[in-house]
Amino acid sequence: MRHLLSISDLSKDEAVLILDTAIEMARASDGPMKKLPTLRGRTIVNLFAEDSTRTRISFEAAAKRLSADVINFGAKGSSLSKGESLKDTALTLQAMGADAVIIRHSASGAPVRLAESQWMTGSVINAGDGTHEHPSQALLDAFTIRKHCSRGGADLTGLRVGIVGDILHSRVARSNVLLLSLLGARVTLIAPPTLQPFGVENWPVELSYDFDSVISDLDAVMMLRVQQERMSDLFFPNAREYSRYFGLNKDRMNMMKRDSIVMHPGPMNRGLEITADVADSARSVIVEQVSNGVSVRMAILYLLLAGDNS
Amino acid sequence: MSISYILKNATLPDGVQKNIKISNGIIAQIGSSVSEDGCDVIDLSHSIVLPGLVDLHTHLREPGREDSETVLSGSRAAAKGGFTAISAMANTSPVADTAGVVEQVFRLGQEAGLCDVFPIGAVTQGLEGEKLSEMGAMANSIAAVRVFSDDGHCVSDALVMRRALEYVKQFGGLIAQHAQEPRLTVGSQMNEGIVSSKLGLKGWPAIAEEAIIARDVLLADHVSSRLHICHVTTAGGVEIIRWAKARGIDVTAEVTPHHLLLTDELASSYDPIYKVNPPLRTESDVMALRVALAEGIIDIVATDHAPHPAETKECEWQEASFGMLGLETALSIVQKTMVDTGLLNWAGVANRLSIAPARIGKYSEHGQSLEVGNFANLTVINPTQSWRVDRDLVASRSRNTPFHGMELPGVVTHTFFKGIPTLLDSKVSL
Repeated sequence: MRHLLSISDLSKDEAVLILDTAIEMARASDGPMKKLPTLRGRTIVNLFAEDSTRTRISFEAAAKRLSADVINFGAKGSSLSKGESLKDTALTLQAMGADAVIIRHSASGAPVRLAESQWMTGSVINAGDGTHEHPSQALLDAFTIRKHCSRGGADLTGLRVGIVGDILHSRVARSNVLLLSLLGARVTLIAPPTLQPFGVENWPVELSYDFDSVISDLDAVMMLRVQQERMSDLFFPNAREYSRYFGLNKDRMNMMKRDSIVMHPGPMNRGLEITADVADSARSVIVEQVSNGVSVRMAILYLLLAGDNS
Repeated sequence: MSISYILKNATLPDGVQKNIKISNGIIAQIGSSVSEDGCDVIDLSHSIVLPGLVDLHTHLREPGREDSETVLSGSRAAAKGGFTAISAMANTSPVADTAGVVEQVFRLGQEAGLCDVFPIGAVTQGLEGEKLSEMGAMANSIAAVRVFSDDGHCVSDALVMRRALEYVKQFGGLIAQHAQEPRLTVGSQMNEGIVSSKLGLKGWPAIAEEAIIARDVLLADHVSSRLHICHVTTAGGVEIIRWAKARGIDVTAEVTPHHLLLTDELASSYDPIYKVNPPLRTESDVMALRVALAEGIIDIVATDHAPHPAETKECEWQEASFGMLGLETALSIVQKTMVDTGLLNWAGVANRLSIAPARIGKYSEHGQSLEVGNFANLTVINPTQSWRVDRDLVASRSRNTPFHGMELPGVVTHTFFKGIPTLLDSKVSL
C-alpha cells in the first residue's frame, strides 16, 4: 500500500488490518507516553486546498503522535489562493522532500492526479476530494461501528447501517458504501430520489425513501450534513420538509433498536438533519468518532510510511 | 508551370486499380496506361486514393488564442491528416459573428495555402444565444459563409433557434446545432452514468443532448429548413435522427472520431485529456454510433479538433478545458472503428469524410468524384501500415490528443490540394 486514494484500493484484509492497528494506536495514546517515535524524521504535508477543521487537526494530531514533522499548507494565505496550479504545488512539495501529502481538495480526483502524475514521489492520502471519496472518514466510521455493534467480530458481518441524506454529493457516503459492504455490513441508503446518485441501483446497497420504515432495523444510523445551497438547486422544497422526512429527531430515534448508535461525520446542522437532543443523547457517538479518527489516521500513516523506513 | 504527378497503381475507393495523372490542379487523366513523361511518379501499390477529406467542424483558435492553434498550424495538421478543406468554428476571440472576422479567417487560410479554410459564422452575437448575428453579411462576404453555428454553446432558446433556421433559408444556409440543454448540464463534467456517480464528477445526461435534437428536428420540419446536428454522442440521439429522416425532415448529423472509439470509463483516471464536450459516453452508445454511421443515419465524420495549451489539461479534471485534437488521427480512427470492423468500405469512407460533408457545407470544389477534369483534391492512405501516435510529433500547436501512445492502422502518406502536394511521404510540404 503506497497511497490511500479510495476505499476501492483496499482489500478486506487490509481494511481489517487498519482497524486492528488503530486499536493498538488508541492503546498507545492512552498510555503515559502519548508519543511514538515511529515516524521521526519523516515530513508529512497537510495540503488542505479546501477549508476543513476536524480532518486537518485530526491528521495533524495523528502525525505528531507518531513524531513526524508536519507542515500545514492551507488554502488561505498560501500560493494556492494566488492561483498556483496543483502541478506547481506538487513540484514544490517534492522539492521540499515531503514523504507524504495529505490532501483535501474541492475537485474530485485531485488526489489521484497527485499520485499518478509523476509530479511527486511521496505517498498521497486522500482527506476528502470533492464529491468523490473520504476514505479515512469511512475507516473511522467502521472502527466506531465495529467497536459498538460487532460483539467482538473482526468485520461487520450481519450488521445493518443506514446512511441518511445527501448521498449524491457525499464523499463520506461513497467511501462508507464501499468499506462497510467490503466488511460485510448491509448498507441502506435513505434519501429523497433527488439526492440519490444516478445508477445507484448498481451499488452494493439497499435503497429507501422512507426513513421510518427502516430505522427500527438499523444497528447504526449515519446522518449526513445537508448543505444550505442544495435548497436553491431544487433538491428539496425547504428545510422544514427535509427535516420532516429525513431528519433524525427524538420521536424517530425512539424507534431505533436497543444498543443502536447515531453517527454524524460533522459538521452538524443542528435542527436540520439532526436535532440537538439526538446529537447530545446517549445513543450519539459523534464526539467519540472524532477521537477514533485520530487513532485510525495514526494507523493509516503508520501502515503507509513506517514500512519503508529507509 | 506546376509539377505534374502520376499516382501509379492507386486503388480507387471502388477497389479498382488505376493510374492518375495530376496536372494544373486537376485530374488530367485516369487509366491503366497513362504517359509518365515529365511527371513525378509516385508508386501507390498498397494504398487507397480518396477524394480529399473535408472537415465540417474544426477549432483553429485564431484570432485570439494563437498560443494553442493558428490557421496555419491547423492547416498543417489538416494536411497531415489528409484534409483538403476544414471549417473554422466561430468561437474565436473576437467571435466570428461579423463579415470582418470571417473574411480575416478566410484570408489567413488562403495565405496558408495548405487547404481551404471555410469559416463558420456565429448564429448569435457573441455566441450569447440572444440576438442573431449578421448572417447575411457573412454569407455575402468574400468568405461566402453558408454554415452557421454557436458551437460550444447551444442555441437553447427555442424562438431564437426557430428564427435562425428560417432566416438562413434566403441564402441557402445551414444551422449546425451544438445540442446541449443548458439547465440540465450546469457544471457537468462527464457522461451521467455509473462511472460519474462512482467518481463523484457531475453528470451530463444523454437526455440533455437528445431533448435539443428532438426539439430542433421538429422546428426544422415546421419551418422547412436545413438542420445539422454537431457531434452526436448517444444511442437515443441516433434514434431521433433516424425517425426524423424517415419522416423526410432535412436533417444531417456528424459524429467525431473520438466518440467512435473512446468511452466514459477513461475518466476513471481523472486525466482531463479525456474531458470533452459533448462527453465520452458508454460502450453501447459507441456501438450505436458506428452502426448509424455505416447506415448513413449519421451522415459524416467531423473531427471537432479542439486544441488547448498544456496547462489547461495538466490540472484537476473539473478545472480543465473541454476538447481533444482530431485532424491528424481522424482517418486512422475511422479505419480502426469502421473499416477494419467491416462496417464500412473505402467507398463509404470517401462518402462520410469527403463527399457528404462537402455536400452539406456546399463546398462545391471538394468531395468531387475521381474523374478527369475535377479538382485534384486527393488523399492517399496506406491501410496496410500502422503507426504510433506521439503527441510530441503532431503538426498542431497543441498536444492534447487522447490517442497518445496508441498504435493505429492506416498511414496517410499524401495529400493533394488542388494539385499541390501538401503532404508528401507523410511530411507536410509547406
